[in-house]
Amino acid sequence: MDTILNTYNTVKESEVKVWFKAAEVSKFAKDGGVCVKYKDKQIAVFNFQRRNHWYACQNVCPHKMEMVLSRGMIGDDKGIPKVACPMHKKTFSLESGENLNGDLEAIATYPVKVENNFVYIGFSE
Amino acid sequence: MKQIKSILVIGNGMVGYKFCEKFVVKEAAENFKITVFGEEPRPAYDRVHLSEFFENGDAKALEMAPRSWYEEHNIELITNERVTDIHRASKTITTINDKTFSYDYLVLATGSSAFVPAIKGVEKEGVFVYRTIEDLEGMMAYADKLKKSNPDAKAAVLGGGLLGLEAAKAVMDMGLEPHVVEFASKLMPRQLDTRGSSVLKNKLETMGIHIHLSKATNKILGEQSITGMEFGEYDKINVDMLVVSAGIRPRDELGKTCGLKMGTRGGIVVNNKMQTSDPEIFAIGEVALYNNMIYGLVAPGYEMADVAVDQILGTSETLMSPDIDMSTKLKLIGVDVASFGEPFMPVEKGYSIIFENKTKDLYKRINVSHDGKKLLGGILIGDASDYNMFHQIYLNGLPIPEDAEELILGARGEGSSSFGSAMDIPDAAQVCSCESVTKGAICSSITEGGCNNLADVIAKTKVTTGCGGCKPMVVDLVNETLKSLGKEVKNSICEHFEYTRQELFGVIKIKKLKTFDEAIDTCGKGDGCEICKPLVASIFASLYNDTANKEEVIQDSNDKFLANIQRNGTYSVVPRIPGGEITPDKLIVIGQVGKKYNLYTKITGGQRIDLFGAQLNDLPAIWKELIDAGFESGHAYGKSLRTVKSCVGSSWCRYGMDDSVGFAIELENRYKGLRSPHKFKGGVSACIRECAEARGKDFGIIAVEGGWNLYVGGNGGATPRHAQLLAEQIDNETVIKYLDRYFMYYIRTAAPLMRTSTWLDKLEGGIDQLIKIVVDDSLNIAAELETEMQGLVDAYQCEWKQAIENDDMVSRFQHFVNSEDTDDTIVFVPMREQLQPIAWDK
Repeated sequence: MDTILNTYNTVKESEVKVWFKAAEVSKFAKDGGVCVKYKDKQIAVFNFQRRNHWYACQNVCPHKMEMVLSRGMIGDDKGIPKVACPMHKKTFSLESGENLNGDLEAIATYPVKVENNFVYIGFSE
Repeated sequence: MKQIKSILVIGNGMVGYKFCEKFVVKEAAENFKITVFGEEPRPAYDRVHLSEFFENGDAKALEMAPRSWYEEHNIELITNERVTDIHRASKTITTINDKTFSYDYLVLATGSSAFVPAIKGVEKEGVFVYRTIEDLEGMMAYADKLKKSNPDAKAAVLGGGLLGLEAAKAVMDMGLEPHVVEFASKLMPRQLDTRGSSVLKNKLETMGIHIHLSKATNKILGEQSITGMEFGEYDKINVDMLVVSAGIRPRDELGKTCGLKMGTRGGIVVNNKMQTSDPEIFAIGEVALYNNMIYGLVAPGYEMADVAVDQILGTSETLMSPDIDMSTKLKLIGVDVASFGEPFMPVEKGYSIIFENKTKDLYKRINVSHDGKKLLGGILIGDASDYNMFHQIYLNGLPIPEDAEELILGARGEGSSSFGSAMDIPDAAQVCSCESVTKGAICSSITEGGCNNLADVIAKTKVTTGCGGCKPMVVDLVNETLKSLGKEVKNSICEHFEYTRQELFGVIKIKKLKTFDEAIDTCGKGDGCEICKPLVASIFASLYNDTANKEEVIQDSNDKFLANIQRNGTYSVVPRIPGGEITPDKLIVIGQVGKKYNLYTKITGGQRIDLFGAQLNDLPAIWKELIDAGFESGHAYGKSLRTVKSCVGSSWCRYGMDDSVGFAIELENRYKGLRSPHKFKGGVSACIRECAEARGKDFGIIAVEGGWNLYVGGNGGATPRHAQLLAEQIDNETVIKYLDRYFMYYIRTAAPLMRTSTWLDKLEGGIDQLIKIVVDDSLNIAAELETEMQGLVDAYQCEWKQAIENDDMVSRFQHFVNSEDTDDTIVFVPMREQLQPIAWDK
């Protein structure tokens, strides 16, 4: 199972080598999440309209290794933007990836940019 | 170099284990090596909860600690090895396998064995004692054999004490007709008075346990195996099995043979340091005779373990309390029974106040000193919610109301509790006996330890983490302490809304707020979270009957996809089958859909069919096929009406008094899609045999002569609760009228995720108050509640139909936004001709 987690590593904006063109902005629910397929990776992308910000992270929840984070609800924990896993309500910071209500491993996060009405996700490979 | 001393613990029961547990956390423990001998094959287990072994058959779950715990703490655990001799001169012991070990200190925790009276025929096959897991396994195997030849087989328990009644529950769970035979004229003779016993007896008899008091058994009847018990010449009962639970005898034979001082009726004499007549040999638990008494309860045994640990380590000031508190509270087969202090009261010591209500199986007795200032003891049956407080008052000699009857009758009449506050008990009072936490420790964790709420206090002090019985009192203490510091104690929803659900419901209604952003911008702060978003969505639904398709991003994650997420991220599909009535044609459709999409199918507890393992992408297509065949959403994912279960009723049943199926269908169709603070369920039975189990539901309707009886606030689940009677002998229209009012009032006032049973518990005035509101319209809101409900009923639409008819909504069910692929990480494995998700890694 660790092998799944090993495929997801946080990418900083400065490390981006590929900006993957995911889909049109209109396909992304406002204040909700969807899942983007990039090679063998599943990436959860959130259009956090209330904060006027986009976030991306691994779709797999490190708790039970299910591909479900994109179906979770977003919100904030004392100002930190977060996503809550739909399985057991484990919450993760969308900025640092840190598990906010437990001590699970942090999830990997990815940079997102919007250009010409398209959403791009940054990968280092 | 330090000399390592050797401690041998003989006996690996609960108390022997406790000795080890308390020993290894001490600093000086590293100077000792502990070796434990157990004669049973497995490590120490929780004998108090032995009957749970039936429910799960899992011996490991009862273990006090796994074998690895002993290894981690450098304790050598030798099981299946009985110690046969103690040689005090050489300070050694030998075991049945002739192994020899030497000791510096010896701890005897050999416990007790079941006392089997010398009755003629007691050796017959089918006679058991109730003591160990092996005893239980023997009973279970015998019961299985009996039931195969005789489905109505009966089993008697000899002894109507605490353990005997537990054993009666065990044989009842095995499917045998239970009989309890007691020599004394009352049940639990040590804890209860005659009147209390008679209330308990009535209650147990209604549950199907036959009770025979004042019976001295002469003889066990039968050839090879037991067929009955004879009490007098013409007085006998036929039973096929007997469980002897007539008391305990200390396992003191080791003490006897090595010449320790013994009690005249057994037990090894100890002083208040738990030392026997040989100062290097200690005895603890049920083998120890302290104050000339054997104590058969766990708590004194644990205290003895504590004393022995400190004495061996040289902390000599820890001594056994001179008076042992024998107070107990337990749930016997679902009935609260508690006894504390001096349960009986000789007239020279004080007087008693007694309250008894046989219709409700309630009995409360308190014993008060002659001057009326001290609570000396008492008995509670049927409702022991005041036990913690009474126990603390008794232990700490706290002042009681001038008119002592207020303690049990309450200032306002029956039922309500009457004291000021939990804060009145002294700081030294032990609130959590499992973790030994005092009231002072709880309060100072807040005033000095920086704790800000219940969760902090629990994390810091471990209070409530044992049996959890102290939780109500801890909650009171935490809230009162926070209040005294001027900190607000409020059940606000979350960090984003400083309101309770009921308050927010009112604000949203008055301001006519329609979207989450409006709500949080008007009366909250921040961006919301997984707690407040679905709550606000549920309020919108209750006010405007929006389906879960509106603002799907704030819906609970199951509502968002109109399906229940399962262990591997697939979903389950549950079409509505009102009242459990379904045509063969519709059954065929469900079968075809299940086959086509390779779904695991199972009948649910609510009389419908659940199809598991649907991939997100397939949900719209599956539902289209079901809807085309005339099905609707079953809202199995929602905090809303689930099902109205019914028995087959008067249309077929020869006992049926009314058309339960027809009425169940009408009610399920009326309230379907109605979203509420939590899920709710109903049941309709056509006679008092209650085949629909309606009284275990949020609303239950039972046909009686002259109409329906309506019950509300029942629950199965983690805290089973029978629904309470709201109205009797009413017609169909009145049932609907009252249900409309009851639901709407619940929807308006309940806290989030609060089932009706908890809500009714917390409702001031309880069921009586609810009857006033719903039946007598004391708040003058009945018409308004009915109108609101009718509005919701009229606005119903099937949200799955709505979803599949709208392309935007259908796109929500794609797994990937940029690909038609399904999730290829999902793995199924075969199971009994169907499939299931692959197991989770630990």
